[in-house]
Amino acid sequence: MSYYKPKFRHPSLPENELGYTVADYDGAVSTLCAGCGHDSISAAIRNACFLSAIPPHRIAKLSGIGCSSKTPTYFLGRSHGFNSVHGRMPSVATGASVANRDLIYLGISGDGDTASIGMGQFVHLIRRNVNMTYIVANNGCYGLTKGQDSATADLGSVGKSGVKNQFDGIDLASLAVLQGASFVARSFSGDKEQLEPLIRAAMAHKGFAFIDVVSPCVTFANNVGSTKSYAATRDNLEVMPLDFVPMREEIRTQYKEGSSQAVTLHDGSIIHLHKASKDYKADSRESALIALQSANETGKVLTGLLYIDPNSQDLNHTLELAPKPLNSLGKDELCPGSRVLNSINEGLR
Amino acid sequence: MKQIKGVNDFVVKFANVNGTGSASANHLFAKAIFRMGVPVSPRNIFPSNIQGLPTWYEVRVSSKGYLGRRGGVDLMLCVNPQTMEDDVASVEPGGYFVYDSTRPLAPHLKRDDISYFGVPLTEMCMREFKVARLQQLLKNVVYVGAMAALLDINFSILKDLLSDQFKGKEKLIMPNVHALEMGYQFAQDHFKCPLPIRLDPSINEAPHIRESQHILMNGNTAAALGAIYGGATVAAWYPITPSTSVVDAFSKYAERMRIDPGTGKRNFAILQAEDELAAMGIVVGASWNGARAFTATSGPGLSLMSEFLGLAYFAEVPVVLIDVQRSGPSTGMPTRSQQSDILAAAYASHGDTKHVLLFPATPRECFDMTVQAFDLAEQLQTPVIMMSDLDLGMNDWMSPPLEWDDDYEMNRGKVLNAKALEEAESWGRYLDVDGDGICYRTLPGTHPDKGAFFTRGSSKNEMAVYSEKGEDYVRNVDRLLRKFETAKSYVPVPKVHDPIPVKKPKTKLKLGALFFGTSASPSYEAVEILAAEGYPIDVMRIRAFPFHQSLDMFVHEHDIVFVIEQNRDGQMRQLIMNECHIAPDKLTSVLNYSGTPITARTIADQIRQALKTTSAEVVALHPETT
Repeated sequence: MSYYKPKFRHPSLPENELGYTVADYDGAVSTLCAGCGHDSISAAIRNACFLSAIPPHRIAKLSGIGCSSKTPTYFLGRSHGFNSVHGRMPSVATGASVANRDLIYLGISGDGDTASIGMGQFVHLIRRNVNMTYIVANNGCYGLTKGQDSATADLGSVGKSGVKNQFDGIDLASLAVLQGASFVARSFSGDKEQLEPLIRAAMAHKGFAFIDVVSPCVTFANNVGSTKSYAATRDNLEVMPLDFVPMREEIRTQYKEGSSQAVTLHDGSIIHLHKASKDYKADSRESALIALQSANETGKVLTGLLYIDPNSQDLNHTLELAPKPLNSLGKDELCPGSRVLNSINEGLR
Repeated sequence: MKQIKGVNDFVVKFANVNGTGSASANHLFAKAIFRMGVPVSPRNIFPSNIQGLPTWYEVRVSSKGYLGRRGGVDLMLCVNPQTMEDDVASVEPGGYFVYDSTRPLAPHLKRDDISYFGVPLTEMCMREFKVARLQQLLKNVVYVGAMAALLDINFSILKDLLSDQFKGKEKLIMPNVHALEMGYQFAQDHFKCPLPIRLDPSINEAPHIRESQHILMNGNTAAALGAIYGGATVAAWYPITPSTSVVDAFSKYAERMRIDPGTGKRNFAILQAEDELAAMGIVVGASWNGARAFTATSGPGLSLMSEFLGLAYFAEVPVVLIDVQRSGPSTGMPTRSQQSDILAAAYASHGDTKHVLLFPATPRECFDMTVQAFDLAEQLQTPVIMMSDLDLGMNDWMSPPLEWDDDYEMNRGKVLNAKALEEAESWGRYLDVDGDGICYRTLPGTHPDKGAFFTRGSSKNEMAVYSEKGEDYVRNVDRLLRKFETAKSYVPVPKVHDPIPVKKPKTKLKLGALFFGTSASPSYEAVEILAAEGYPIDVMRIRAFPFHQSLDMFVHEHDIVFVIEQNRDGQMRQLIMNECHIAPDKLTSVLNYSGTPITARTIADQIRQALKTTSAEVVALHPETT
């Protein structure tokens, strides 16, 4: 059962520019298995929101059903959350996002929730470029129903029962790139150095930002032969590191000429992709797909920012929504009144 | 041969091929009668197809103002060879048959108890018009011209309507008017005009229609306007007949009335979803976030939306759903009308659920009830489903004009803003502070550290914390039941009319009739027919579920209650039995589920039949009633 953590805080906890400490971004204590990758994702979300100094109540958390979808209870306790139905969080997020364009939307899903029951809604969410961050905690199995293979389990990966998966896994990152997502990343729950800046960048991005996070299931898929175990993932990681510098922040780090490339987002934030990724073209869908494909073929897990269109226009733009959130409009803005209705009547006689 | 006579009281049916432009010509015919001030109710009976299949347009003219279907056809105008045999057969003895006489009528289509009127429509159009498309389209206008002469339709009204229709395309007015005149002239020259069935605007036995300045509109357009006036900002939908025109009309009006004057941008969002699941998900998300949102669908969509309806019921999120019913189950007859989603809507979703339903009977009520649906959904924090149907939604109905009170304020229900949260000593999302089962909600982003909670479809306690404790669950679902009780006093009350005086009643039994939606008009008519025959029947028109307590009383005060509806299983009857704890033998079903709207004659026949058999049984069971 969930319970809230004690309110006591260490007096010397550092504060962000809004005066919040990292503890202000905490949620309830996790009820997931000890060592679950998803808890690391929750921690990374908490830290990312703290570092980017986002007021917690301006974030809305949404999820579907499954272990991953339980996690929004475990971070950002001051944010509203919506644990919706299995595979259908994308539509709920779409409705929420158009109703109030001023909030920041964070969707948490799993591989079952997204790649199986929710596949239809997922691709349409991408297609509409809803302004949100969408994280899939991807462990290749159904944890909450005790370890069945999911649609992202790799071909030949062995589950806890010892049976080899007979079907090709769905690569959600490739799919997202192909379908036109404006921000696609992959990461590993064990790599907070990379995951935190990715989440921060995703939340600053205008449009649909997708992060596929390999997040091992310690109980049902951490065995030898599982391609999504901690050990297998660590052994095969091919990391493209990055830094995130939010808008208005002083640039403290000096990057050596040619060692990194910078991507400036619509709000002035900068993403620095560097070292191993210096030759990577993050603004090309083609290179993203080639890189993902060649990593897949060699059994590697390529992580980092795979694709970004920093000038993407989100759904609110496409729908030509007025700047004032729809949920704040009153009678005067919405109701045309009796005179107009009388003239409509006249036209129907 | 005795010919049917009737001034302002007859049924005309057009038999056409769909996709040939007949719809607008037939509409012209009906609208002209409407403009003459004679009560008229047109109905499109169309196939699930774009081109080439049979389609009919039935026009009821009734000086008494009966707007439901009567049953039977007095004049058939048939230009569809595919259906001619059946169409000839369906004419009442003494009736009239108008056809395209370019080719002679086959001998087996000749009846000696009806009158034939051949107009060489094809030949006339081939001769007069050069363009192939016009030759085709104007055939329809020629027959409207002929009908104008046969039935005495005011010709200048027809010309005015053509001018209105082709505003901006003046080039088309000339050939249309020419076609109209050709038909008119042909009929005048060849037939004795007008027929014994005809129009006369000076006779109108329905002052309630004449005096209230009725409008002619369909229910879907009215519902769309209701959504505009009710403050809906998000519409999410998936195309499905017969609900599609709800969102089409919403879009049309929103583009005109919902543009932000400062920026020229939209104060509304319309999302065509990938399926009905997503459409409902979008509505749930938008409503959760405090926008007024709705969707419109029909049977198959309702099935798909059931999961989300359960979530909205249990998580207590307002939802407005306009269900324009059609024939089911499954794909059924997608372009035919029924009232067959009653039970599916009332109890949509797994687990224990009950939903608020509204039953409009006129376009005016479609408008009013859509506005009310938004208020109810937010007041009750639950789905509200407006149960329209194809007949009401897609056909033009004479309706009292739409009215608007400029003092109307949206009732947003119990929503705490930042100030209220600041002042509140304590708050729990599912605490029933007022004892009416309705708790206080908060919207995302309202307050920096108060009012956040987790909305979920799983069980929770009063503080919105996940709970699998049996007692928490039971308290919660019992409160939802309490809320449903509260809803009874919020929803529209049933309409009861003064009984029609019957001089020498033929029965001592107390008879009652319950009906709703599009079954109402023909039911009122049938009750008048039966009253004239000596059977007094009290009536109650149901307008909402949960049922008002006056419905229980109505049933208890009568010996036999007829429940008139358009589905096979008597779904409203079942719902009443279930919710009001009424013994099945108290309620007698009067049904039509053929896909074409129920007629007054069918209702009267079924009640007569039932009275023959049931009265004896009732008398045997309750001798005190004799």
